[in-house]
Amino acid sequence: MQLARVVGDVVVTRKDESLTGIKLLLVQPLTPDRQPAGRPLVAADAAGAGVGEEVFFVRGKEASFPFYPAEPPVDAGIVGIVDHWDLE
Amino acid sequence: MQIGKVIGTVVATQKHRKFDGAKLLLVQPLNADDTPRGTAVLAVDGAGAGVGEKVLVVNEGRAAGETLGRKAAPVDAAVIGIIDTVAIHE
Repeated sequence: MQLARVVGDVVVTRKDESLTGIKLLLVQPLTPDRQPAGRPLVAADAAGAGVGEEVFFVRGKEASFPFYPAEPPVDAGIVGIVDHWDLE
Repeated sequence: MQIGKVIGTVVATQKHRKFDGAKLLLVQPLNADDTPRGTAVLAVDGAGAGVGEKVLVVNEGRAAGETLGRKAAPVDAAVIGIIDTVAIHE
């Protein structure tokens, strides 16, 4: 998983049927010191996240698991909203 | 698998239910010479690891989910061991 900040939402009207009802958010991966790490990407929301929140997301087919028995064709999914992290 | 160092812990109250009870670790991947490589990742702890320890990380969903003892958990990385030593013979 990776830390990220939700920086936007994505509206898609015409889409794969199994994406119906799934919120798509634009996330910017973060380093532990809150610098951007790489490019933003679109992730399916399984945590009730919103713009501005710090979250963590999972990559790969596992991103679809929260929507079982639906199997939406997604490759990234937000699975938690971060309260805080502590570094050594 | 990958070698990394645990650099922190993450607290998240609102998360997918399959993460309930899981400890979330921030792990910095390391090169063979212990220099950092890339961005730190978040992994569930399957080995009782703590901050500062050198660990073995698996980056695959099914394997990572098994450390939680749950099927179909939406995870992609887990700490599966605490490394004692790495010897490079070349």
